Amino acid sequence: MGVGIEVESLNAWFGATQALQDIGMRIAPNHATAIIGPSGCGKSTFVRCLNRMHETLPETRVTGKVRIGEMEVYGDGTPAVLVRRQVGMVFQKPNPFPAMSIYDNVAAGLKLNGFRDRRKLDEIVERSLRMAALWDEVKDALKKKSGASLSGGQQQRLCIARALAVEPNVLLMDEPASALDPISTGKIEDLIFQLKENYTIVIVTHNMQQAARVAEFTGFFLLGRLIEFAKTEKIFTNPSDKRTEDYITGRFG
Amino acid sequence: MRTGSRLPDETFRYAMIACGLSVAVVLGLILYELVVNSSLSLHQFGWRFFISQTWDPVKDQFGALPFIYGTIVSSIVALVLAVPLGVGVALFITEMCPQRLRGILSFSTELLAAIPSVIYGLWAIFVLVPILRLYIEPGLMRYFGWTGLFEGPPYGIGMLAAGIVLAIMVVPIISSLTREVLSAVPRNQREAALALGSTRWEMIRIGVLRNARAGILGAVILGLGRALGETMAVTMVIGNRPEIAKSLLAPGYTMASVIANEFTEATGRLYLSALVEIGLALFLVTIVVNALARLLVWSVTRGLPARVHAQ
Repeated sequence: MGVGIEVESLNAWFGATQALQDIGMRIAPNHATAIIGPSGCGKSTFVRCLNRMHETLPETRVTGKVRIGEMEVYGDGTPAVLVRRQVGMVFQKPNPFPAMSIYDNVAAGLKLNGFRDRRKLDEIVERSLRMAALWDEVKDALKKKSGASLSGGQQQRLCIARALAVEPNVLLMDEPASALDPISTGKIEDLIFQLKENYTIVIVTHNMQQAARVAEFTGFFLLGRLIEFAKTEKIFTNPSDKRTEDYITGRFG
Repeated sequence: MRTGSRLPDETFRYAMIACGLSVAVVLGLILYELVVNSSLSLHQFGWRFFISQTWDPVKDQFGALPFIYGTIVSSIVALVLAVPLGVGVALFITEMCPQRLRGILSFSTELLAAIPSVIYGLWAIFVLVPILRLYIEPGLMRYFGWTGLFEGPPYGIGMLAAGIVLAIMVVPIISSLTREVLSAVPRNQREAALALGSTRWEMIRIGVLRNARAGILGAVILGLGRALGETMAVTMVIGNRPEIAKSLLAPGYTMASVIANEFTEATGRLYLSALVEIGLALFLVTIVVNALARLLVWSVTRGLPARVHAQ
């Protein structure tokens, strides 16, 4: 089951440049929340702060509080590795491991956790691929074909399966469909619809229609600040902030 | 519209074809010269030349096996030491090293490759060999003597010394090529591994090394090529005795060393011819080893993309 996310006065830096300023947000469990905003507004940085990926880049810094369920993400006793095992992430560009078979790609996270039971592993791989709506397309070549031999859309669904296999509470998606064709994008969106029954999903998107289609809540970021956060309907029909209105009506960005 | 003449294009084309062919021609000429000049010895000893252990210029008895053995064993010792070290250096530079140190370290490893081999040889004679003789070899004999690889008097000079010097010379090649390969692995592979909750080592294992293994093997092959052909430094420390001994502490001889040492004093046409045939053997060993190594690369990467495309 998904868990909620609470963010309090979150700040993030790249070197001397502040990328996020004083972000506060409560993300509801088992819903999809979209993060929108123009390029460079900090929306990717924001989700990367939720699973402590931001700090893996050189010369970066984060302050503030993030709580995922019961876990203090930036707590003293919380190792980053533990956070990332409970929060799945899907990236903008599909990044399956090309030197591994489809099966090993999905099993990679479990094997890292020391999972050795072959029968159980087979089950989880199948279940994850089914959840990612990829099973029927790859079931005949699970161990024969490389993860890189699939099409772009299939690769992205493979990455989703890989993230789901470790049974995370939260799924972060950083523009998961922006490198894909419209049909693949449609499949990914359908998938988000199904997944949000069991997972808390945070999806960064460039595409406002996409946000309107898949997410119940939407946050609008501009220049590293959270300008407005509300129900998606309200953001797109009756925003409280002038800047949100300007953005969604296409006056900039 | 410009209607330039086709002449420059054609000239360029033929010039490039000539460049490409010249490689094959030079290779062919080398082989031809080696065979022609060793014909005397080829006729005299036939295939026995490659399996005979006798090297006795006084009695005109020549066999190449001790040299083939010495070349291969010293190269194996070198690789056993240099591969973990070279790959480790490359990993440190690309994955862990602070930005400021990175340039300095890569520059210094590449500098190591530019030092003439005679300098390595001198250093080995005056520094490495005494250390081996006084400390390392007695220790190896005490603790690993049971393997049979470390017995006999610890001279210092010998197969082990040659292997270590070769390793030092091969490390820069392996590490700088491996560094290139590792930095060509796209960041998204590292992020994929990290996002699954891998530790730094696990990230390096599944996100980096696994993608780079074909390239790393390629780097090892180039290092091996260097080790097989290296002459000067090896000649200075290997002991130059044409015998096959199981112990790595015993002196040995390599193909390149015997040619360098004995060519000038080879009296008699058969002696000279036998030395040229050793050159032929070295040529063949190099080809066989490279072919095997390529086979290995091919089998590791079969069915998978040889290279991860940088984004």
